[in-house]
Amino acid sequence: MKSKMTNRDKTFWAVIIPVLILFFAFNTLPMIKGMIYSFTNYRGYGSYDYVGLRNYMDLFSDARVGKSYLFTFKYALAGTVLVNVLSLVMALGLNSCIRFKSALRGIYFVPNILGGLVIGYIFSFIFTYILPAVGMAWDIGWMKNSFLASEKYAWIGVLVVGVWQAVAMNTIIYISGLQTVPQEVYEASMLDGASKWKEFWSVTFPLVIPFVTINLVLSTKNLLMVFDQIMSLTKGGPAQSTESISYLIYRNGMDGGQFGFQSANAVIFFFVIVAISIFQMTIMNKKEEQL
Amino acid sequence: MMEKTQKTNWVLTIVLVLGTVTVFFPLYMAFVIAFKQPSEMTNDVAGALALPAHFSLENFRQAMEVTDFWHSLGNSLLITLVTIALSILIHSIAGYVIGRSMAAKKSFRLIYLYIVSGMFVPFSILMMPLVKQTAQMGLGNRAGVILLYLVFYMPMNVLLYTGYLKNIPVALEEAADIDGASTWKTYWTIVFPMMKPMHATVAILTALGTWNDVMTPLVIMSGTGQNTLPLAQLNFQTQFGTNYNLAFSSYILALIPILLFYIICQKQILNGVANGAVKG
Repeated sequence: MKSKMTNRDKTFWAVIIPVLILFFAFNTLPMIKGMIYSFTNYRGYGSYDYVGLRNYMDLFSDARVGKSYLFTFKYALAGTVLVNVLSLVMALGLNSCIRFKSALRGIYFVPNILGGLVIGYIFSFIFTYILPAVGMAWDIGWMKNSFLASEKYAWIGVLVVGVWQAVAMNTIIYISGLQTVPQEVYEASMLDGASKWKEFWSVTFPLVIPFVTINLVLSTKNLLMVFDQIMSLTKGGPAQSTESISYLIYRNGMDGGQFGFQSANAVIFFFVIVAISIFQMTIMNKKEEQL
Repeated sequence: MMEKTQKTNWVLTIVLVLGTVTVFFPLYMAFVIAFKQPSEMTNDVAGALALPAHFSLENFRQAMEVTDFWHSLGNSLLITLVTIALSILIHSIAGYVIGRSMAAKKSFRLIYLYIVSGMFVPFSILMMPLVKQTAQMGLGNRAGVILLYLVFYMPMNVLLYTGYLKNIPVALEEAADIDGASTWKTYWTIVFPMMKPMHATVAILTALGTWNDVMTPLVIMSGTGQNTLPLAQLNFQTQFGTNYNLAFSSYILALIPILLFYIICQKQILNGVANGAVKG
Protein backbone atom coordinates (compact mmCIF):
# COMPACT_ATOMS: atom_id res chain seq x y z
CA MET A 1 0.00 0.00 0.00
CA LYS A 2 2.77 2.34 0.94
CA SER A 3 4.66 1.86 -2.35
CA LYS A 4 1.35 2.19 -4.23
CA MET A 5 0.85 5.65 -2.79
CA THR A 6 4.31 6.73 -3.80
CA ASN A 7 3.66 5.46 -7.30
CA ARG A 8 0.61 7.65 -7.48
CA ASP A 9 2.61 10.53 -6.05
CA LYS A 10 5.32 9.97 -8.63
CA THR A 11 2.82 10.11 -11.47
CA PHE A 12 1.30 13.26 -10.01
CA TRP A 13 4.62 15.01 -9.78
CA ALA A 14 5.62 13.79 -13.25
CA VAL A 15 2.49 15.50 -14.57
CA ILE A 16 2.57 18.69 -12.56
CA ILE A 17 6.26 19.57 -12.90
CA PRO A 18 6.24 20.05 -16.72
CA VAL A 19 2.99 22.01 -16.37
CA LEU A 20 4.56 24.25 -13.74
CA ILE A 21 7.65 24.79 -15.89
CA LEU A 22 5.47 25.77 -18.85
CA PHE A 23 3.41 28.14 -16.73
CA PHE A 24 6.47 29.67 -15.13
CA ALA A 25 8.30 30.10 -18.45
CA PHE A 26 5.49 31.91 -20.24
CA ASN A 27 3.66 33.67 -17.43
CA THR A 28 5.79 34.28 -14.34
CA LEU A 29 9.14 34.69 -16.09
CA PRO A 30 7.93 37.33 -18.58
CA MET A 31 6.22 39.13 -15.70
CA ILE A 32 9.49 39.22 -13.76
CA LYS A 33 11.31 40.34 -16.90
CA GLY A 34 8.73 43.06 -17.39
CA MET A 35 9.31 44.25 -13.84
CA ILE A 36 13.07 44.28 -14.44
CA TYR A 37 12.67 46.20 -17.72
CA SER A 38 10.57 48.74 -15.84
CA PHE A 39 13.74 49.86 -14.05
CA THR A 40 15.62 50.45 -17.30
CA ASN A 41 15.59 52.92 -20.15
CA TYR A 42 15.36 50.10 -22.72
CA ARG A 43 13.92 51.23 -26.04
CA GLY A 44 13.17 47.71 -27.30
CA TYR A 45 16.48 47.45 -29.14
CA GLY A 46 20.12 48.29 -28.55
CA SER A 47 21.78 48.72 -25.15
CA TYR A 48 20.18 50.03 -22.01
CA ASP A 49 20.94 51.18 -18.45
CA TYR A 50 19.24 50.79 -15.14
CA VAL A 51 17.56 54.02 -14.14
CA GLY A 52 16.13 53.05 -10.75
CA LEU A 53 12.68 54.43 -10.09
CA ARG A 54 12.93 57.09 -12.79
CA ASN A 55 10.24 55.50 -15.02
CA TYR A 56 7.80 55.31 -12.13
CA MET A 57 8.36 58.95 -11.21
CA ASP A 58 7.96 59.98 -14.84
CA LEU A 59 4.73 58.00 -15.12
CA PHE A 60 3.02 60.29 -12.66
CA SER A 61 4.03 63.44 -14.50
CA ASP A 62 3.42 62.09 -18.00
CA ALA A 63 0.35 63.82 -19.40
CA ARG A 64 -0.34 61.12 -22.00
CA VAL A 65 -0.25 58.34 -19.39
CA GLY A 66 -2.48 60.38 -17.10
CA LYS A 67 -4.93 60.92 -19.91
CA SER A 68 -5.02 57.20 -20.72
CA TYR A 69 -5.79 56.34 -17.08
CA LEU A 70 -8.51 58.93 -17.01
CA PHE A 71 -10.09 57.57 -20.19
CA THR A 72 -9.78 53.93 -19.11
CA PHE A 73 -11.31 54.55 -15.68
CA LYS A 74 -14.10 56.70 -17.06
CA TYR A 75 -14.82 54.01 -19.64
CA ALA A 76 -14.65 51.10 -17.18
CA LEU A 77 -16.77 52.83 -14.54
CA ALA A 78 -19.51 53.95 -16.91
CA GLY A 79 -19.31 50.60 -18.66
CA THR A 80 -19.54 48.50 -15.50
CA VAL A 81 -22.61 50.38 -14.29
CA LEU A 82 -24.35 50.28 -17.67
CA VAL A 83 -23.47 46.65 -18.36
CA ASN A 84 -24.67 45.39 -14.99
CA VAL A 85 -27.89 47.39 -14.89
CA LEU A 86 -28.78 46.52 -18.49
CA SER A 87 -27.89 42.85 -18.22
CA LEU A 88 -29.77 42.41 -14.94
CA VAL A 89 -32.85 43.98 -16.52
CA MET A 90 -32.39 41.81 -19.62
CA ALA A 91 -31.97 38.71 -17.48
CA LEU A 92 -35.14 39.48 -15.50
CA GLY A 93 -37.01 39.89 -18.78
CA LEU A 94 -35.58 36.77 -20.35
CA ASN A 95 -36.26 34.74 -17.22
CA SER A 96 -39.93 35.63 -16.88
CA CYS A 97 -42.89 33.97 -18.54
CA ILE A 98 -42.39 34.96 -22.14
CA ARG A 99 -42.74 33.22 -25.47
CA PHE A 100 -39.76 32.33 -27.68
CA LYS A 101 -37.64 32.28 -24.52
CA SER A 102 -34.73 30.19 -25.76
CA ALA A 103 -34.68 31.85 -29.20
CA LEU A 104 -34.51 35.29 -27.57
CA ARG A 105 -31.78 34.20 -25.18
CA GLY A 106 -29.85 32.84 -28.14
CA ILE A 107 -30.21 36.05 -30.16
CA TYR A 108 -29.19 38.35 -27.32
CA PHE A 109 -25.99 36.38 -26.83
CA VAL A 110 -24.82 36.85 -30.42
CA PRO A 111 -22.83 40.09 -29.79
CA ASN A 112 -20.57 38.17 -27.42
CA ILE A 113 -19.43 35.54 -29.89
CA LEU A 114 -18.42 38.09 -32.52
CA GLY A 115 -14.92 39.49 -32.43
CA GLY A 116 -14.43 42.98 -30.99
CA LEU A 117 -12.28 44.10 -33.89
CA VAL A 118 -14.73 43.39 -36.72
CA ILE A 119 -17.66 44.61 -34.63
CA GLY A 120 -15.68 47.81 -34.08
CA TYR A 121 -15.29 48.29 -37.82
CA ILE A 122 -19.00 47.76 -38.38
CA PHE A 123 -19.97 50.23 -35.65
CA SER A 124 -17.39 52.67 -36.90
CA PHE A 125 -19.40 52.85 -40.13
CA ILE A 126 -22.63 53.40 -38.17
CA PHE A 127 -21.09 56.27 -36.21
CA THR A 128 -19.36 57.87 -39.17
CA TYR A 129 -22.02 57.51 -41.89
CA ILE A 130 -25.38 56.22 -40.70
CA LEU A 131 -25.93 58.43 -37.64
CA PRO A 132 -24.83 61.65 -39.38
CA ALA A 133 -27.06 60.74 -42.37
CA VAL A 134 -29.99 60.29 -39.98
CA GLY A 135 -29.05 63.56 -38.30
CA MET A 136 -29.10 65.34 -41.65
CA ALA A 137 -32.38 63.78 -42.75
CA TRP A 138 -34.24 64.64 -39.55
CA ASP A 139 -32.26 67.75 -38.74
CA ILE A 140 -30.96 66.54 -35.38
CA GLY A 141 -28.04 68.81 -34.55
CA TRP A 142 -25.82 66.62 -32.38
CA MET A 143 -26.06 63.69 -34.78
CA LYS A 144 -24.87 65.57 -37.84
CA ASN A 145 -21.20 65.04 -37.10
CA SER A 146 -19.67 61.70 -36.28
CA PHE A 147 -18.95 61.64 -32.59
CA LEU A 148 -15.94 59.43 -33.17
CA ALA A 149 -14.36 62.57 -34.60
CA SER A 150 -15.14 64.59 -31.48
CA GLU A 151 -12.53 64.76 -28.78
CA LYS A 152 -15.26 65.13 -26.20
CA TYR A 153 -17.65 62.38 -27.24
CA ALA A 154 -15.55 59.75 -29.02
CA TRP A 155 -15.32 57.72 -25.80
CA ILE A 156 -19.08 57.28 -25.86
CA GLY A 157 -18.77 55.56 -29.23
CA VAL A 158 -16.24 53.13 -27.80
CA LEU A 159 -18.47 52.67 -24.75
CA VAL A 160 -21.53 51.79 -26.84
CA VAL A 161 -19.65 49.00 -28.61
CA GLY A 162 -18.03 47.70 -25.42
CA VAL A 163 -21.36 47.64 -23.59
CA TRP A 164 -23.16 46.08 -26.57
CA GLN A 165 -20.80 43.11 -26.41
CA ALA A 166 -20.43 42.81 -22.64
CA VAL A 167 -24.17 42.89 -21.86
CA ALA A 168 -24.59 39.65 -23.82
CA MET A 169 -22.15 37.80 -21.59
CA ASN A 170 -23.37 39.20 -18.28
CA THR A 171 -27.02 38.57 -19.12
CA ILE A 172 -26.34 34.84 -19.44
CA ILE A 173 -24.61 34.82 -16.06
CA TYR A 174 -27.47 36.73 -14.40
CA ILE A 175 -29.98 34.34 -15.96
CA SER A 176 -28.21 31.36 -14.41
CA GLY A 177 -28.22 33.32 -11.16
CA LEU A 178 -31.94 33.95 -11.32
CA GLN A 179 -32.54 30.27 -12.02
CA THR A 180 -31.02 29.40 -8.65
CA VAL A 181 -33.83 31.31 -6.91
CA PRO A 182 -36.45 28.71 -5.99
CA GLN A 183 -39.97 29.30 -7.30
CA GLU A 184 -41.43 28.99 -3.78
CA VAL A 185 -39.67 32.17 -2.74
CA TYR A 186 -41.59 34.14 -5.35
CA GLU A 187 -44.83 32.45 -4.42
CA ALA A 188 -44.31 33.35 -0.77
CA SER A 189 -43.63 36.99 -1.56
CA MET A 190 -46.67 37.06 -3.81
CA LEU A 191 -48.85 35.74 -0.98
CA ASP A 192 -47.42 38.49 1.21
CA GLY A 193 -48.69 40.90 -1.42
CA ALA A 194 -45.28 42.40 -2.15
CA SER A 195 -45.06 44.58 -5.24
CA LYS A 196 -42.80 43.47 -8.10
CA TRP A 197 -40.37 46.27 -7.29
CA LYS A 198 -40.20 45.34 -3.63
CA GLU A 199 -39.97 41.66 -4.47
CA PHE A 200 -36.94 42.33 -6.63
CA TRP A 201 -35.03 44.36 -4.02
CA SER A 202 -35.88 42.32 -0.95
CA VAL A 203 -36.13 38.82 -2.40
CA THR A 204 -34.49 38.36 -5.77
CA PHE A 205 -31.52 40.70 -5.54
CA PRO A 206 -30.09 39.45 -2.23
CA LEU A 207 -30.25 35.89 -3.56
CA VAL A 208 -28.30 36.68 -6.72
CA ILE A 209 -25.60 38.77 -5.04
CA PRO A 210 -22.90 36.13 -5.66
CA PHE A 211 -23.62 36.54 -9.37
CA VAL A 212 -23.43 40.30 -9.05
CA THR A 213 -19.93 39.81 -7.63
CA ILE A 214 -18.86 37.60 -10.53
CA ASN A 215 -20.29 40.02 -13.06
CA LEU A 216 -18.81 43.12 -11.45
CA VAL A 217 -15.34 41.63 -11.29
CA LEU A 218 -15.56 40.15 -14.80
CA SER A 219 -16.94 43.22 -16.52
CA THR A 220 -14.67 45.70 -14.74
CA LYS A 221 -11.59 43.63 -15.56
CA ASN A 222 -12.53 43.21 -19.21
CA LEU A 223 -13.50 46.85 -19.64
CA LEU A 224 -10.25 48.02 -18.04
CA MET A 225 -8.30 45.97 -20.58
CA VAL A 226 -10.16 47.40 -23.60
CA PHE A 227 -8.04 47.06 -26.73
CA ASP A 228 -9.75 45.60 -29.82
CA GLN A 229 -12.50 48.22 -29.98
CA ILE A 230 -9.97 51.05 -29.68
CA MET A 231 -7.92 49.49 -32.45
CA SER A 232 -10.85 49.39 -34.86
CA LEU A 233 -12.88 52.44 -33.80
CA THR A 234 -10.51 55.28 -32.99
CA LYS A 235 -6.91 54.11 -32.77
CA GLY A 236 -6.79 56.17 -29.59
CA GLY A 237 -7.88 59.39 -31.26
CA PRO A 238 -8.94 62.06 -31.74
CA ALA A 239 -6.07 63.79 -29.96
CA GLN A 240 -5.44 60.71 -27.79
CA SER A 241 -8.81 61.17 -26.11
CA THR A 242 -9.68 57.46 -26.33
CA GLU A 243 -6.28 55.96 -25.70
CA SER A 244 -6.74 53.09 -23.25
CA ILE A 245 -3.91 51.92 -21.00
CA SER A 246 -3.53 48.63 -22.90
CA TYR A 247 -3.49 50.48 -26.21
CA LEU A 248 -0.89 53.00 -25.02
CA ILE A 249 1.37 50.23 -23.70
CA TYR A 250 1.09 48.43 -27.01
CA ARG A 251 1.53 51.51 -29.17
CA ASN A 252 4.46 53.14 -27.42
CA GLY A 253 6.01 50.05 -25.90
CA MET A 254 6.20 48.04 -29.10
CA ASP A 255 6.82 50.75 -31.68
CA GLY A 256 7.42 53.96 -29.79
CA GLY A 257 10.81 53.11 -28.26
CA GLN A 258 9.40 53.25 -24.72
CA PHE A 259 9.86 49.58 -23.83
CA GLY A 260 11.20 50.32 -20.35
CA PHE A 261 8.83 53.18 -19.59
CA GLN A 262 5.74 51.31 -20.75
CA SER A 263 6.86 48.26 -18.76
CA ALA A 264 6.62 50.44 -15.66
CA ASN A 265 3.18 51.50 -16.84
CA ALA A 266 2.19 47.83 -17.25
CA VAL A 267 3.42 46.99 -13.74
CA ILE A 268 1.30 49.77 -12.24
CA PHE A 269 -1.64 48.69 -14.39
CA PHE A 270 -1.28 45.13 -13.08
CA PHE A 271 -1.44 46.30 -9.47
CA VAL A 272 -4.41 48.52 -10.26
CA ILE A 273 -6.34 45.58 -11.71
CA VAL A 274 -5.51 43.32 -8.76
CA ALA A 275 -6.42 46.04 -6.26
CA ILE A 276 -9.75 46.79 -7.91
CA SER A 277 -10.69 43.10 -8.17
CA ILE A 278 -9.84 42.47 -4.52
CA PHE A 279 -11.69 45.61 -3.46
CA GLN A 280 -14.84 44.55 -5.33
CA MET A 281 -14.72 41.04 -3.92
CA THR A 282 -14.31 42.17 -0.31
CA ILE A 283 -17.13 44.69 -0.58
CA MET A 284 -19.46 42.14 -2.09
CA ASN A 285 -18.45 39.46 0.41
CA LYS A 286 -19.42 41.82 3.22
CA LYS A 287 -22.76 42.42 1.51
CA GLU A 288 -23.30 38.67 1.26
CA GLU A 289 -22.58 38.17 4.96
CA GLN A 290 -24.90 40.95 6.02
CA LEU A 291 -27.83 39.36 4.25
CA MET B 1 -51.05 29.06 -8.15
CA MET B 2 -48.80 27.47 -10.78
CA GLU B 3 -51.26 28.44 -13.53
CA LYS B 4 -51.08 32.05 -12.57
CA THR B 5 -47.27 32.27 -12.69
CA GLN B 6 -47.09 30.39 -15.98
CA LYS B 7 -49.24 32.92 -17.86
CA THR B 8 -47.37 34.34 -20.83
CA ASN B 9 -46.42 37.97 -20.50
CA TRP B 10 -47.10 39.17 -24.05
CA VAL B 11 -46.16 42.80 -23.50
CA LEU B 12 -42.73 41.78 -22.32
CA THR B 13 -42.41 39.27 -25.14
CA ILE B 14 -43.12 41.99 -27.71
CA VAL B 15 -40.67 44.42 -26.06
CA LEU B 16 -37.95 41.80 -26.06
CA VAL B 17 -38.65 40.79 -29.66
CA LEU B 18 -38.45 44.43 -30.74
CA GLY B 19 -35.25 44.81 -28.74
CA THR B 20 -33.48 42.25 -30.93
CA VAL B 21 -33.18 45.09 -33.45
CA THR B 22 -30.15 46.23 -31.45
CA VAL B 23 -28.53 42.89 -32.31
CA PHE B 24 -29.80 42.53 -35.87
CA PHE B 25 -29.34 46.08 -37.12
CA PRO B 26 -25.51 46.11 -37.28
CA LEU B 27 -25.51 42.64 -38.81
CA TYR B 28 -28.21 43.52 -41.34
CA MET B 29 -26.34 46.66 -42.31
CA ALA B 30 -23.06 44.78 -42.73
CA PHE B 31 -24.86 42.19 -44.81
CA VAL B 32 -26.55 44.53 -47.28
CA ILE B 33 -23.46 46.72 -47.71
CA ALA B 34 -21.39 43.62 -48.38
CA PHE B 35 -23.56 42.81 -51.41
CA LYS B 36 -23.80 46.30 -52.88
CA GLN B 37 -21.73 48.06 -55.50
CA PRO B 38 -19.89 51.26 -54.51
CA SER B 39 -22.14 53.15 -56.95
CA GLU B 40 -25.21 52.19 -54.89
CA MET B 41 -23.79 53.81 -51.75
CA THR B 42 -25.48 57.20 -51.92
CA ASN B 43 -24.98 59.67 -49.11
CA ASP B 44 -28.36 59.24 -47.43
CA VAL B 45 -29.60 56.60 -45.04
CA ALA B 46 -31.31 54.59 -47.79
CA GLY B 47 -28.05 54.38 -49.72
CA ALA B 48 -26.49 52.36 -46.96
CA LEU B 49 -29.49 50.44 -45.65
CA ALA B 50 -31.66 49.58 -48.66
CA LEU B 51 -31.38 46.11 -50.11
CA PRO B 52 -28.88 45.79 -52.94
CA ALA B 53 -30.17 45.98 -56.54
CA HIS B 54 -29.00 42.46 -57.16
CA PHE B 55 -27.16 39.92 -55.06
CA SER B 56 -23.78 39.16 -56.53
CA LEU B 57 -20.93 37.36 -54.86
CA GLU B 58 -18.33 39.42 -56.70
CA ASN B 59 -17.45 41.49 -53.58
CA PHE B 60 -16.86 38.34 -51.60
CA ARG B 61 -14.67 36.82 -54.29
CA GLN B 62 -12.57 39.98 -54.34
CA ALA B 63 -12.44 40.21 -50.52
CA MET B 64 -11.25 36.62 -50.34
CA GLU B 65 -8.45 37.48 -52.69
CA VAL B 66 -7.41 40.67 -50.91
CA THR B 67 -7.34 39.18 -47.41
CA ASP B 68 -6.00 35.77 -48.42
CA PHE B 69 -9.18 34.41 -46.81
CA TRP B 70 -8.65 30.64 -47.00
CA HIS B 71 -5.16 30.91 -45.63
CA SER B 72 -6.25 33.11 -42.70
CA LEU B 73 -9.23 30.85 -42.03
CA GLY B 74 -6.90 27.84 -42.04
CA ASN B 75 -4.60 29.52 -39.52
CA SER B 76 -7.49 30.49 -37.25
CA LEU B 77 -8.89 26.96 -37.39
CA LEU B 78 -5.50 25.39 -36.78
CA ILE B 79 -4.68 27.61 -33.80
CA THR B 80 -8.14 27.30 -32.23
CA LEU B 81 -8.54 23.55 -32.71
CA VAL B 82 -5.04 22.63 -31.52
CA THR B 83 -5.40 24.95 -28.52
CA ILE B 84 -8.73 23.33 -27.59
CA ALA B 85 -7.38 19.79 -27.95
CA LEU B 86 -4.26 20.47 -25.91
CA SER B 87 -6.20 22.44 -23.28
CA ILE B 88 -8.56 19.53 -22.74
CA LEU B 89 -5.69 17.05 -22.47
CA ILE B 90 -3.23 19.07 -20.40
CA HIS B 91 -5.47 21.29 -18.28
CA SER B 92 -7.78 18.45 -17.33
CA ILE B 93 -4.97 16.26 -16.06
CA ALA B 94 -3.36 19.20 -14.28
CA GLY B 95 -6.73 19.99 -12.74
CA TYR B 96 -7.11 16.37 -11.71
CA VAL B 97 -3.69 16.10 -10.12
CA ILE B 98 -4.14 19.37 -8.24
CA GLY B 99 -7.76 18.74 -7.30
CA ARG B 100 -7.11 15.30 -5.87
CA SER B 101 -4.05 16.34 -3.85
CA MET B 102 -5.11 19.78 -2.65
CA ALA B 103 -6.98 18.64 0.44
CA ALA B 104 -4.14 16.54 1.83
CA LYS B 105 -1.00 18.32 0.62
CA LYS B 106 -0.04 21.89 1.22
CA SER B 107 2.36 21.91 -1.74
CA PHE B 108 -0.49 21.28 -4.17
CA ARG B 109 -2.67 23.90 -2.52
CA LEU B 110 0.12 26.38 -3.18
CA ILE B 111 0.47 25.18 -6.78
CA TYR B 112 -3.29 25.70 -7.20
CA LEU B 113 -3.13 29.25 -5.86
CA TYR B 114 -0.05 29.99 -7.96
CA ILE B 115 -1.69 28.93 -11.22
CA VAL B 116 -5.13 30.37 -10.54
CA SER B 117 -3.75 33.77 -9.51
CA GLY B 118 -2.42 33.99 -13.08
CA MET B 119 -5.94 35.04 -14.02
CA PHE B 120 -5.26 38.55 -12.80
CA VAL B 121 -2.12 39.07 -14.87
CA PRO B 122 -3.02 41.37 -17.75
CA PHE B 123 -1.55 40.59 -21.15
CA SER B 124 -0.03 44.10 -21.24
CA ILE B 125 2.60 43.28 -18.64
CA LEU B 126 3.61 40.04 -20.39
CA MET B 127 3.38 41.32 -23.94
CA MET B 128 6.72 43.02 -24.46
CA PRO B 129 8.92 40.43 -22.70
CA LEU B 130 7.00 37.63 -24.42
CA VAL B 131 7.62 39.09 -27.87
CA LYS B 132 11.38 39.05 -27.15
CA GLN B 133 11.27 35.64 -25.52
CA THR B 134 9.26 33.88 -28.23
CA ALA B 135 11.44 35.43 -30.94
CA GLN B 136 14.60 34.16 -29.21
CA MET B 137 13.13 30.69 -28.84
CA GLY B 138 12.02 30.54 -32.47
CA LEU B 139 8.39 30.64 -31.34
CA GLY B 140 7.35 33.85 -33.06
CA ASN B 141 4.80 31.88 -35.07
CA ARG B 142 1.58 29.86 -34.89
CA ALA B 143 3.13 27.28 -32.55
CA GLY B 144 4.14 30.09 -30.19
CA VAL B 145 0.62 31.53 -30.19
CA ILE B 146 -0.82 28.09 -29.34
CA LEU B 147 1.70 27.62 -26.54
CA LEU B 148 0.85 31.04 -25.09
CA TYR B 149 -2.88 30.31 -25.21
CA LEU B 150 -2.24 27.09 -23.32
CA VAL B 151 -0.57 29.15 -20.60
CA PHE B 152 -3.10 32.02 -20.63
CA TYR B 153 -6.13 29.73 -20.34
CA MET B 154 -4.53 27.46 -17.76
CA PRO B 155 -5.73 29.42 -14.68
CA MET B 156 -9.36 29.45 -15.74
CA ASN B 157 -9.40 25.87 -16.99
CA VAL B 158 -7.59 24.44 -13.97
CA LEU B 159 -10.08 26.27 -11.76
CA LEU B 160 -12.98 24.80 -13.74
CA TYR B 161 -11.62 21.24 -13.72
CA THR B 162 -10.71 21.18 -10.02
CA GLY B 163 -14.14 22.61 -9.24
CA TYR B 164 -15.88 19.95 -11.30
CA LEU B 165 -13.79 17.19 -9.78
CA LYS B 166 -15.37 17.79 -6.38
CA ASN B 167 -18.55 16.25 -7.81
CA ILE B 168 -16.81 13.06 -8.90
CA PRO B 169 -16.52 10.53 -6.05
CA VAL B 170 -13.05 9.14 -5.35
CA ALA B 171 -14.48 5.65 -4.75
CA LEU B 172 -14.23 4.65 -8.42
CA GLU B 173 -10.56 5.55 -8.59
CA GLU B 174 -9.87 3.69 -5.36
CA ALA B 175 -11.60 0.61 -6.74
CA ALA B 176 -9.49 0.75 -9.90
CA ASP B 177 -6.43 1.24 -7.73
CA ILE B 178 -7.18 -1.92 -5.79
CA ASP B 179 -7.66 -3.78 -9.09
CA GLY B 180 -4.06 -2.83 -9.85
CA ALA B 181 -4.63 -0.23 -12.54
CA SER B 182 -1.95 2.45 -12.75
CA THR B 183 -2.83 6.04 -11.85
CA TRP B 184 -2.24 7.02 -15.46
CA LYS B 185 -4.59 4.36 -16.78
CA THR B 186 -7.23 5.08 -14.14
CA TYR B 187 -7.23 8.72 -15.16
CA TRP B 188 -7.69 8.15 -18.88
CA THR B 189 -10.20 5.31 -18.65
CA ILE B 190 -12.31 6.45 -15.71
CA VAL B 191 -11.86 10.10 -14.74
CA PHE B 192 -11.26 11.71 -18.12
CA PRO B 193 -14.51 10.37 -19.66
CA MET B 194 -16.45 11.41 -16.56
CA MET B 195 -15.36 15.02 -16.93
CA LYS B 196 -17.03 15.24 -20.35
CA PRO B 197 -19.44 18.07 -19.46
CA MET B 198 -16.51 20.16 -18.27
CA HIS B 199 -14.54 19.36 -21.43
CA ALA B 200 -17.40 20.91 -23.41
CA THR B 201 -17.37 24.05 -21.25
CA VAL B 202 -13.59 24.38 -21.51
CA ALA B 203 -13.68 23.82 -25.28
CA ILE B 204 -16.31 26.50 -25.77
CA LEU B 205 -14.76 29.13 -23.53
CA THR B 206 -11.31 28.52 -25.02
CA ALA B 207 -12.71 28.59 -28.56
CA LEU B 208 -14.54 31.91 -28.08
CA GLY B 209 -11.46 33.45 -26.49
CA THR B 210 -8.88 32.31 -29.02
CA TRP B 211 -10.95 32.65 -32.19
CA ASN B 212 -11.59 36.36 -31.67
CA ASP B 213 -8.27 37.28 -30.06
CA VAL B 214 -6.34 39.97 -31.89
CA MET B 215 -3.59 41.00 -29.52
CA THR B 216 -1.62 37.75 -29.13
CA PRO B 217 -1.26 36.89 -32.83
CA LEU B 218 -0.74 40.59 -33.58
CA VAL B 219 2.37 40.90 -31.43
CA ILE B 220 3.70 37.33 -31.67
CA MET B 221 3.13 36.52 -35.36
CA SER B 222 3.88 39.93 -36.86
CA GLY B 223 6.48 39.63 -39.58
CA THR B 224 5.74 35.97 -40.35
CA GLY B 225 3.32 36.86 -43.14
CA GLN B 226 0.76 34.62 -41.46
CA ASN B 227 -2.64 35.97 -40.45
CA THR B 228 -5.55 34.78 -38.39
CA LEU B 229 -9.01 35.90 -39.51
CA PRO B 230 -9.23 38.96 -37.22
CA LEU B 231 -5.61 39.82 -37.88
CA ALA B 232 -6.25 39.81 -41.63
CA GLN B 233 -9.02 42.39 -41.12
CA LEU B 234 -6.59 44.60 -39.26
CA ASN B 235 -3.69 44.18 -41.67
CA PHE B 236 -5.69 44.65 -44.86
CA GLN B 237 -7.85 47.47 -43.54
CA THR B 238 -5.84 50.04 -45.48
CA GLN B 239 -6.22 48.07 -48.72
CA PHE B 240 -9.99 48.37 -48.61
CA GLY B 241 -9.55 52.13 -48.88
CA THR B 242 -12.95 53.75 -49.24
CA ASN B 243 -14.44 50.67 -50.84
CA TYR B 244 -16.75 49.90 -47.94
CA ASN B 245 -18.53 47.19 -49.89
CA LEU B 246 -15.33 45.23 -50.19
CA ALA B 247 -14.50 45.86 -46.52
CA PHE B 248 -17.92 44.69 -45.36
CA SER B 249 -17.75 41.54 -47.51
CA SER B 250 -14.55 40.79 -45.73
CA TYR B 251 -16.12 41.45 -42.30
CA ILE B 252 -19.03 39.16 -43.14
CA LEU B 253 -16.60 36.47 -44.25
CA ALA B 254 -14.77 36.82 -40.95
CA LEU B 255 -18.03 36.56 -38.97
CA ILE B 256 -19.59 33.63 -40.83
CA PRO B 257 -17.52 30.75 -39.36
CA ILE B 258 -18.23 31.66 -35.72
CA LEU B 259 -21.88 32.45 -36.50
CA LEU B 260 -22.32 29.03 -38.11
CA PHE B 261 -20.64 27.39 -35.14
CA TYR B 262 -22.97 29.29 -32.83
CA ILE B 263 -26.10 28.39 -34.77
CA ILE B 264 -25.17 24.70 -34.71
CA CYS B 265 -24.04 24.47 -31.08
CA GLN B 266 -26.10 27.31 -29.56
CA LYS B 267 -27.43 25.26 -26.69
CA GLN B 268 -24.07 23.83 -25.71
CA ILE B 269 -22.42 27.26 -25.97
CA LEU B 270 -24.97 28.98 -23.72
CA ASN B 271 -24.78 26.12 -21.22
CA GLY B 272 -21.01 26.11 -21.40
CA VAL B 273 -20.71 29.83 -20.74
CA ALA B 274 -23.21 29.74 -17.86
CA ASN B 275 -21.49 26.68 -16.43
CA GLY B 276 -18.08 28.30 -16.63
CA ALA B 277 -19.24 31.47 -14.90
CA VAL B 278 -21.05 29.67 -12.12
CA LYS B 279 -18.20 27.30 -11.39
CA GLY B 280 -15.56 29.97 -11.87
